[in-house]
Amino acid sequence: MNRNPTEKKTDTENTCSSTTADAASTAVAVNAKTNRCRDVPHGPLWILRDSWTEALRHLRILPRTVDLMIFAIFQPVMFVVLFVYVFGNSITVPEFDYKQYLLPGIFAQTIVFGSSFTGAGIAQDMAQGLVQRLRSLPMSQSAVLIGRTISDLIRNSVTFVVMLLVGFAVGFRFNGSIGDTLVACGLLLGFGYAFSWIQALIGLSVSSVETVQSAGFMWMFPVTFVSSAFVDTQTLAGPLHWFADINPFTIVTNAGRALFNGQSPGNDLWFSLIWAVAIILVFCFLSVYRFSRFNR
Amino acid sequence: MVTAVQTTDLCKSFGMTKALVGVDLAIEEGTVLGLLGPNGAGKTTIVRILATLLLPDSGQAVVGGVDVVAEPHRVRARIGLTGQETAVDHNLTGRENLQYIGQLCHLERKEARRRTDKLLEQFDLTEAGDRAVKTYSGGMRRRLDIAMSLIAEPAVVFLDEPTVGLDPRGRLAMWDFIAELTSGGTTILLTTQYLEEADKLADRIVVMGYGSVITEGTPNELKQRMGAKRIEVELYDKADASTVIDALTPFSIPGLLVQHHDRTVTVPVEEGARLLPQMVRAIDAADVSLRDVGVRQSTLDDVFLILTDQEVEKSPGIES
Repeated sequence: MNRNPTEKKTDTENTCSSTTADAASTAVAVNAKTNRCRDVPHGPLWILRDSWTEALRHLRILPRTVDLMIFAIFQPVMFVVLFVYVFGNSITVPEFDYKQYLLPGIFAQTIVFGSSFTGAGIAQDMAQGLVQRLRSLPMSQSAVLIGRTISDLIRNSVTFVVMLLVGFAVGFRFNGSIGDTLVACGLLLGFGYAFSWIQALIGLSVSSVETVQSAGFMWMFPVTFVSSAFVDTQTLAGPLHWFADINPFTIVTNAGRALFNGQSPGNDLWFSLIWAVAIILVFCFLSVYRFSRFNR
Repeated sequence: MVTAVQTTDLCKSFGMTKALVGVDLAIEEGTVLGLLGPNGAGKTTIVRILATLLLPDSGQAVVGGVDVVAEPHRVRARIGLTGQETAVDHNLTGRENLQYIGQLCHLERKEARRRTDKLLEQFDLTEAGDRAVKTYSGGMRRRLDIAMSLIAEPAVVFLDEPTVGLDPRGRLAMWDFIAELTSGGTTILLTTQYLEEADKLADRIVVMGYGSVITEGTPNELKQRMGAKRIEVELYDKADASTVIDALTPFSIPGLLVQHHDRTVTVPVEEGARLLPQMVRAIDAADVSLRDVGVRQSTLDDVFLILTDQEVEKSPGIES
């Protein structure tokens, strides 16, 4: 790369003076070129900017990997068809038309399954060596994870809209106010975002994309099926009943279901919010910590 | 002279494995340091520490006047890293990859675009620039990878085996390019397995083995020290090798071993032409018939082999 003299000059002009002191403090003699201070940006604003740059990279790829999206949507659609038309007649739930009962559960499940893209994406970036490159850049390091979870939130929103349309097609209706409906949508997506952080930690901890997928399903299947999403938890036996009732996925499903059906979600709304925030805080911390320990 | 990169007594262990045991390096600004060594010698560990990817257990590492442990963020603003594995997003195009890294280095959009165009051209990727990287050949990916590490025009560049996976033409182009980069004042740390590459590109060479520096100097110094010439004797019969080694050892430079591989015996010497007749007589006296004998210039391969062989003899059984 030929740097012409004018370019070099601009570089020097851009240097800031604050480096002089610490340059002198090191034993190594350095001249202006190696030690030019590009005033490395940092702070919350730059975390957001770098995160958005990362998110844009993932979003840009979405239209090029439409097949992935189609398969991601195909599975919940099949669940809708299976449960509405195959099992629907043999499953009864108190006080609900089964469609009105089932669809909010499938929405919630779709969003939680959608969070597995976060783990797979991070594992892929690690596998293709990109994470190593990003760690050598003067960018915010947590932006790697924040950008990924933000882009997956947007991806999940798209999937959610498609699922809503599928729901309407099979006869699902919003019975609550517009406000209730929006709160329910926000709650489900927020819960999906929280689960993205769990997946982020998994993505950072395993060795390949395939492992993320199997590891993800290992816990996502029990969490979403042993819950109130498909059946009334009263029908479950002993320990399963106990697990289904404390399962945060049950709580968020119940809250969403109540709001979609124009009922009061009661404490479920607050508990599910607390769960979402708690999961985000804990797993965001653990993921960022894990990321920062890669240099050990 | 100004030092761009310096390490002092750098140590790093991974569990029981000692990857670095007290490495001192210094690279003068605007020069190329070639880091040579067999697999597991610790070359990549040094690069990873200098690029802030890995913390040393002890010792100091300073890049561009900034301590890599104390202020990694500021070090990152001064360096470009091309690791052993290519690090590109396969779903993006070449152009998008470059601009994306430019943005993360906080270049202005216009500037990022300008440098992207320039780098695509320099690395012969202009035509492929708008194609997804997954359609690229291995060599193209490698070129893009290196271009990405240069988008911020860093003062110090780490190239960890940059020509692995390139075809001969690509390798030559890469050499030209690295030479051009240094003429612009960039400091380069180059690790390589190819001695020809180090000979061609490096101003100074450090040979490593088992986590420490075995020797260093300019390519010429190393060749001088390890014998400027080699006398190579080819035998008809492998079985004669030990007889010939015994006969020729007195002619070898003191302290350097006579090398032997299959039917070829190689003797490091200072002046080949003067010794050759005596050596032929010595072999004759030992009653061994030769297939061929000749004098040749020493290469870095010779230096490398002789040094690493000695290391193996010195520290038997150490696995790295």
